Amino acid sequence: MTPRNTPLLVAQGVTKYYGERLACRDVSFAIHPGEVIAVVGESGSGKTTLLALLSQRLKLSAGSVSYRQNGDLRDLDGLTEAERRRLQRTDWGFVHQDPREGLRMNVSAGANVGERLMATGWRHYGRIRNAAREWLTRVEIDETRIDDAPLSFSGGMRQRLQMAKNLVTHPRLVFMDEPTGGLDVSVQARLLDLIRALVADLGLAAIIVTHDLAVARLLSHRILVMKNGEVIEAGLTDRVLDDPREAYTQLLVSSVLAA
Amino acid sequence: MSAPSYNFAYLDEQTKRMIRRAILKAIAVPGYQVPFASREMPMPYGWGTGGVQITASIIGPKDVLKVIDQGSDDTTNAVSIRAFFAKVASVAVTTRTREADIIQTRHRIPETPLAEGQIIVFQVPIPEPLRFLEPRETETRLMHALEDYGPMHIKLYEDIARHGHIATTYAYPVRVAGRYLMDPSPTPKFDNPKMHISPALQLFGAGREKRIYAIPPNTEVVSLDFEDHPFEVQRFDRTCALCGAAGVYLDEVLTDDKGARMFVCSDTDHCECRQAAPRLAEGA
Repeated sequence: MTPRNTPLLVAQGVTKYYGERLACRDVSFAIHPGEVIAVVGESGSGKTTLLALLSQRLKLSAGSVSYRQNGDLRDLDGLTEAERRRLQRTDWGFVHQDPREGLRMNVSAGANVGERLMATGWRHYGRIRNAAREWLTRVEIDETRIDDAPLSFSGGMRQRLQMAKNLVTHPRLVFMDEPTGGLDVSVQARLLDLIRALVADLGLAAIIVTHDLAVARLLSHRILVMKNGEVIEAGLTDRVLDDPREAYTQLLVSSVLAA
Repeated sequence: MSAPSYNFAYLDEQTKRMIRRAILKAIAVPGYQVPFASREMPMPYGWGTGGVQITASIIGPKDVLKVIDQGSDDTTNAVSIRAFFAKVASVAVTTRTREADIIQTRHRIPETPLAEGQIIVFQVPIPEPLRFLEPRETETRLMHALEDYGPMHIKLYEDIARHGHIATTYAYPVRVAGRYLMDPSPTPKFDNPKMHISPALQLFGAGREKRIYAIPPNTEVVSLDFEDHPFEVQRFDRTCALCGAAGVYLDEVLTDDKGARMFVCSDTDHCECRQAAPRLAEGA
């Protein structure tokens, strides 16, 4: 996939302090349509904070995040709360590590997938249900489970349902926070295959936070390596993983078996 | 014995002024839940403390009060609230819908159409229609502020998915004046259409939750639905066993322990009037 010249989202000097404590310092990068960027680093390095800042779930202490809408790059700090919500539930997706945060666990799978449609004004039950059925099939959930609550789903199914719930509005950018965390290895592999296929089919841009270098290798075009709240190395995935420059990245790569 | 230690209609005048201010604001912003400093009343929460406070704040010595409980004038809750106001405000009470100035209800709207100048006061247990979706009050307020009501359809979606039709029969959510989403208190949805463009003023009081909201006269009230599953009220395939009324809300009454049952008007006043003047009622 060749990224076009117009970036979709631009981060400039993104910085976050929790009180006195630095969580994220001076992160700048751009992501283009259809591009997948992985953010790797050890736990506590600021990956999840960065994702929350980019997706406007946290307020920035300094810096800016801009996003392209209707051809114009716009600073997201100027969004009203209503605009922010609309963006988050139509043009963006957010896949939580724990599907319980991203799903309504006690309403049916169909209603979970249909929620964004209803929130954006769909008022035809039959059409909402058809869309839900189509998306369940795409994420390999048997459509006979459409009326079952995610409470009765396995961990892998919940994560796939969360994908469907996010993708139903055809977002252009999806944020994923450890999408394969907490799943066993075979389920991880299937989910990764699915994510890779969906990202390619839909031309999604994605920012994926992970501590698993194998996930980064498989899914991403570019990598940002974080340590102590700063991006210490960035580049094409293969370049960073095969020829790490920073001592910390070398340590990270060498500490994984056959990454 | 010294003089009674309470004021006219039980509440002190400052409290009434506070509640009247909340009511005025509620009328000015139809369907919006106005917080108010709900007082302890001499009855338990859940027995209509919100409705009683509203009634106490608006009632005058010349007003005539009617109190119903599920359409009935003669159940415990209705009788005791009526007796309460007869005692603390010395007002006239009635069971006749047409004669009443103020009707306090849990939760029916009388079958006799309300008229201009009448006020109906609803007792509300949970005023927030979004509560089942979102437990945080800060978030539901924000959703109201942003008119972020799309997720409300999840509940209706779930109904259709499970039952094949919208199975919510009471507390059926409505949009008031095209703006605020409102829980019409646990009235049967049968009564929702009566709220639409009603000539009477409709006030809602939730004592435990400390909220007052209102539908001013002649205000649009629309029940939520789907295009392919439009809003419908309950239908009864029979008439009242006592007065023969059709097209009214019926209660099922068990008459013995062998399964015999009868269906009668839920609105006892309506039923009695029709029985007293059957020919007149048929003509109407």
